[in-house]
Amino acid sequence: MSFLKKLTQKQLFLPIFSMILVMLINMIYDISKGYAFYNFFTISINNGILYGRLIDILNRGSEAAILAIGMTLVVSASAGTDISVGSVMALSGGVCCVLLAGPGNVNVSEFAMPMWIGILAGILVAGLCGAFNGFLVAGLKIQPMVATLILFSAGRAIGLLLCNSMIIYVNNDAFKVFGGYCWIFPTPVLIAAACILITALVLKFTALGTYVQAVGINKDAARISGYKSSAIIFLCFVICGLFAGIAGIVATSRIYSADTNNIGVNLEMDAILAVALGGNSLGGGKFRLSGSIIGAYTIQAITTTLYALGVSSSQAPVFKAIIVILIVAVQSPAVKAYFARRSAAKQAALSAGKGVQA
Amino acid sequence: MEDNVVLTMRGITMTFPGVKALDKVDFTLRKGEIHALMGENGAGKSTLIKCLTGVNDFEAGEIHVAGIEGPIRNRNTLDAQKKGISTVYQEINLCPNLSVAENLFIGREPRTKLGTINRREMVVRARKLMEDLKLPVDVTTNLEEYSLALQQMIAIARAVDMDCKVLILDEPTSSLDDSEVEKLFTLMRELRAKGVGIVFVTHFLEQVYAVCDRITVLRNGTLVGEYPIAELPRVKLIAAMMGKDFDDLAAIKPEGGVHIGTEDLIDAKGLSHAGKIKPFDLELKRGEVIGLTGLLGSGRSELARAIYGADKAQTGTLKVKGQEVRIKHPIDAMNLGMGMLPDDRKAEGIIGDLSVRENIILAMQAKRGILKLIPMKEQEEIADKFIKLLQIKTASRETPIKQLSGGNQQKVIIGRWLATDPDFLILDEPTRGIDIGTKTEIQKLVIQLAQQGKGLIFISSEIEEMLRTCNRMAVLRDGEKVGELSGDITQEQVMKTIAGGDKK
Repeated sequence: MSFLKKLTQKQLFLPIFSMILVMLINMIYDISKGYAFYNFFTISINNGILYGRLIDILNRGSEAAILAIGMTLVVSASAGTDISVGSVMALSGGVCCVLLAGPGNVNVSEFAMPMWIGILAGILVAGLCGAFNGFLVAGLKIQPMVATLILFSAGRAIGLLLCNSMIIYVNNDAFKVFGGYCWIFPTPVLIAAACILITALVLKFTALGTYVQAVGINKDAARISGYKSSAIIFLCFVICGLFAGIAGIVATSRIYSADTNNIGVNLEMDAILAVALGGNSLGGGKFRLSGSIIGAYTIQAITTTLYALGVSSSQAPVFKAIIVILIVAVQSPAVKAYFARRSAAKQAALSAGKGVQA
Repeated sequence: MEDNVVLTMRGITMTFPGVKALDKVDFTLRKGEIHALMGENGAGKSTLIKCLTGVNDFEAGEIHVAGIEGPIRNRNTLDAQKKGISTVYQEINLCPNLSVAENLFIGREPRTKLGTINRREMVVRARKLMEDLKLPVDVTTNLEEYSLALQQMIAIARAVDMDCKVLILDEPTSSLDDSEVEKLFTLMRELRAKGVGIVFVTHFLEQVYAVCDRITVLRNGTLVGEYPIAELPRVKLIAAMMGKDFDDLAAIKPEGGVHIGTEDLIDAKGLSHAGKIKPFDLELKRGEVIGLTGLLGSGRSELARAIYGADKAQTGTLKVKGQEVRIKHPIDAMNLGMGMLPDDRKAEGIIGDLSVRENIILAMQAKRGILKLIPMKEQEEIADKFIKLLQIKTASRETPIKQLSGGNQQKVIIGRWLATDPDFLILDEPTRGIDIGTKTEIQKLVIQLAQQGKGLIFISSEIEEMLRTCNRMAVLRDGEKVGELSGDITQEQVMKTIAGGDKK
């Protein structure tokens, strides 16, 4: 009993639990269809690339996982969310493709300039967007939700404007790599892994984590102890923007075109949800990066599972919403307090019962 | 109930979670008197008033109002108004875009036979009311056209017209200038002559003596006493508010044996922060402990905060170790060797969700910068060192600080600053809410630090504590540094300076 209680109080309990739940549903489904129970976990090499449902989830979940890194920092430091990341992804892809295709071209197979310049420019523009958000939040003290609402609506529109409202194709194998395969591995998985690894190392070997959490938990106390909370919040938004840029390049490369209207749509919600699913409070403060990452892949696993169960893509959000409501409700203070009261009552009843026996 | 008494409160008791806000408080208000309700912040003045007006629900005690049988218990302010108890606050709760007459009769407009508002009668009655109270107001003009003071008086007029027997004025003069205050007093005297009982809550001592007949003093939620104004001179009032029985005080001499250096550690000239602390000068040498004293809200914390950059100084110059410096942010002060333990531990001290270890290394890490993480092993050593040195009672160094008791949290914050090895340390109420044993430890620590050649500013509400630890005391009143005491300081001297003996 006490072991179970301890386990459920661990921050990573919820994300891992949700993940396992999704896997179980998959296994039951597989068995009912007459497949082997381990079908979900099967990984094979077809046509020289890794293949399997697990690989698919890891691959498709890459963008959300990359976004979740930056979102975790923003949520922790500012107690708010950056809802512009999906839109910034589209802008970043747009900038990259416009530069690579050259002015006026809509369908090219040759680069107009070295590929790395286009990609770097896309990521940098996204970083600038993050800086803009950070300035509004940390400098002008605008609520994060409101501040990022500006680029939420404007980012995509600027992208459309750059692309002259057209879909710009960059039909070049070198560019397709980032959304395709690198040897047998899906490249997005590798990019996501690299982003996660770098952030984890930065958190381990610098004091970034302490800075962000101190500011997020108690801004005033952090200030008195020598932390410049505005600078930290600004930094987090910039980092969040840069990761949105990277995710944007990956998403663009997948379809080797700047489809500004469709890239990253609703992904900000997945990123925010990933943070919450990871057991991190959206009220800011203490955070766990690993939780957010697991959260991101859990969301993708839910989506993939729903598709596998035959739910159409237009109905999937309904089921996703139900799952999200459940998970968020379990985390809410009201529900937690309810269960705490119940277990306390049970304990009281138990000890009273013992008293009678004795 | 006696004939001339309009309100009695007996044995009012009220508890907030964990704190007894009021403990068997009595209060009596007579017809036609202005009665000051005095006490430091947190003494229970507003709580008592809220119990009377129905904002708070008290647990025990009785309230009687003249003309009503049996004890009353108001459910809300409207209920209280019906029983003749009205309150006018510092902020005016009227509608600036309506005329004076409309404001006077909001919610109780005179009606015609058809049920529409009878404007003509409303204006006539409003004019009569203004004339009675001698207020120079055109009742058809919008309220916003008039000064804050007049608006406040109109609010009072409205309260009075609703057949009020008890009028509560809660800090009504805070946003008024001297001439406006005088006008308000004239109105208050007018009302007194009409037989209204007025409860006057203020923290301006002069005003109490200018207009009041009687004073009731509260301290820490208990009644200290009720006094006719003539029997309670300023110094005794201060003593009553602070809880010092003036006559019994034995002077405590500060500890000797502290070697005061020659180097000026801090030399502030004309530092100020608008609305918080007026320009002040302060010097501090190595090995010196300066006490800042004054009533709560007198600017003693604000003075220290202006030096440290917690509230950036807007004027003046600051020299640290002889060098002129500009402090824009606490980190600048820290890099000059300063540290500050703020008075509000919860709001500005602890980082609740972080562990004891993380809280201890917090300031040290800030000084090193974001790129130079203190290695975990070193962090643990530092945390263990201060847990041992300050005898912090915690389950482990990884326990979140919010799970510790207040005194132990305070020790962690002290440890946080000692870890940075500051030359100059500000301790703002380091012993508030802490048990006696820990208090003494902290006082000893202050003297030890001074002996090591550090300079300290020590702020406390307890004068004895400061007399025991400080070499010198600076006295503050109403946001201004009004004096400095050194040598053999006595409690009597301190209180006289706080009370402003020069004025009365």
